[in-house]
Amino acid sequence: MDSLERILQEHPFVKNLSPEHIQLIVGCAKNVVFEPGQFLFKEDEEASEFYILRSGKVALEIYTPEYGPITIQTVGEGEVLGWSWLVPPYEWRFDGRAVELTRAIALDGKCLRGKCEQDPKLGYELMKRLASVFEGRLYAMRLQLLDIYNSKAPKQTK
Amino acid sequence: MDPMVSHYEAIELQMVPHPYKIHRVIKETHDTFTLELKSNTSNGKFAFRAGQFNMLYIFGVGEVPISISGDPNKMETLVHTTRAVGTVTKKMAKLKKGDVIGVRGPYGTNWPVKAAIGNDVVIIAGGIGLAPLRPAIYQIISQRKHYGKIILLYGTRTPADILFRHELEKLKSRLDVDIYVTVDRATREWNGNVGVVTTLIPRAPFDPINTTAMICGPEIMMRYTIGELVKRGVSHENIFVSMERNMKCGIGFCGHCQYGTEFICKDGPVFSYAQIKDLFGKREL
Ligand SMILES: Cc1cc2nc3c(=O)[nH]c(=O)nc-3n(C[C@H](O)[C@H](O)[C@H](O)COP(=O)(O)OP(=O)(O)OC[C@H]3O[C@@H](n4cnc5c(N)ncnc54)[C@H](O)[C@@H]3O)c2cc1C
Ligand code: FES
Repeated sequence: MDSLERILQEHPFVKNLSPEHIQLIVGCAKNVVFEPGQFLFKEDEEASEFYILRSGKVALEIYTPEYGPITIQTVGEGEVLGWSWLVPPYEWRFDGRAVELTRAIALDGKCLRGKCEQDPKLGYELMKRLASVFEGRLYAMRLQLLDIYNSKAPKQTK
Repeated sequence: MDPMVSHYEAIELQMVPHPYKIHRVIKETHDTFTLELKSNTSNGKFAFRAGQFNMLYIFGVGEVPISISGDPNKMETLVHTTRAVGTVTKKMAKLKKGDVIGVRGPYGTNWPVKAAIGNDVVIIAGGIGLAPLRPAIYQIISQRKHYGKIILLYGTRTPADILFRHELEKLKSRLDVDIYVTVDRATREWNGNVGVVTTLIPRAPFDPINTTAMICGPEIMMRYTIGELVKRGVSHENIFVSMERNMKCGIGFCGHCQYGTEFICKDGPVFSYAQIKDLFGKREL
């Protein structure tokens, strides 16, 4: 427990959360390790966990019949992964595959939802942090959508 | 002599392209190629500063500004890396060894390679934007001990679009340069990062207070990149960008490349963000 608490405290997502709230979260946490190529989760599976990544790299993939799995994003050290545990029907929307040896803290989604319901202050604090992650990802995704490096993109010079 | 006449003569002289023979053509990616040129007439040496560009003239087609992408210390060969996007550059892509093109330059301002001495250097490139930064990378690496951390963040469309791949791999094998490459999309064969280049900035290991950042890429990429650097604490004075506008004369005469009160061809293309922040991202410019 002790070391989980320490690891969590140092992670950018959890940093500066009150000690009481960290303790509440630790109650839902476990250490996990994924070998390269191993799936953390697959599309349509129940999204039971939320990952706080400590090291390594995870590819988020969408399967396409034409090209097979396409990586839409990679996430790694210092980042978090997954919000499907937060919204019904609590199912993953894509695959998560470890590209490198990946170490993470997995938080049980059901347990975490329960703690947030019981302690709205913790719930609000986590929502604020998650909202900031969503905002960053949305922002990046928009740039990706623009396909700015494509030579057929609208002219950039005047 | 009438001073006005000599003034116009001087300008005219600057507008005359010099013939250069294509010594080697390197196909970099499906749409990008490098031309190594040797002078037909001069002493064979071409001095330039990292970040400067030349006007390249394809006889009977037209003239385009292209940054010099070679090593400033190797003056015998003049190197340009170009992406075939339109009339002139597509014609240029078809040229072969032995063909001749017109060159005038070098023009414009340079990357702050000397001013960055003592600092961490963060070089952030998007797509073809790596080419105008390559001379700065050569120069900085050749004087490695004078700089703090050297970090290259490079974003491009897919793994097949990675420019100078072999050189990047060689550079990565050095233990004193950090290189992070990211692509916008990839299949499973790619084990690197996927995502836009701005996502690499929050965790890149540089000291924001003592960092000089040099950015080149599509303007929108530069805008978001500056945002992330400023968020990390890099000052506006220490962020440098290379700007692009269509050009005609290249020497501050025709006004074609006007950008607010600046002319990109002679006041730029390299500007500090502090210099142009009031213009940057403005829609009407
Ligand atoms: C200072 C400076 C340095 C430059 N350095 C380089 C360099 O090192 N390498 C390089 O490849 N280019 C560089 N450019 C851009 C290059 O000058 C243009 O791509 C070129 O002028 C296009 O001419 P064109 O006749 O081939 O295309 P045009 O016929 O003028 O344009 C046709 C179409 O091409 C597309 N297009 C045009 N320009 C661009 C662009 N810049 N980016 C994406 N799409 C475009 C547009 O869709 C446009 O409608 C630089 C520009 C400047 C101002
Ligand atoms: S291109 Fe003529 S003034 Fe800049």
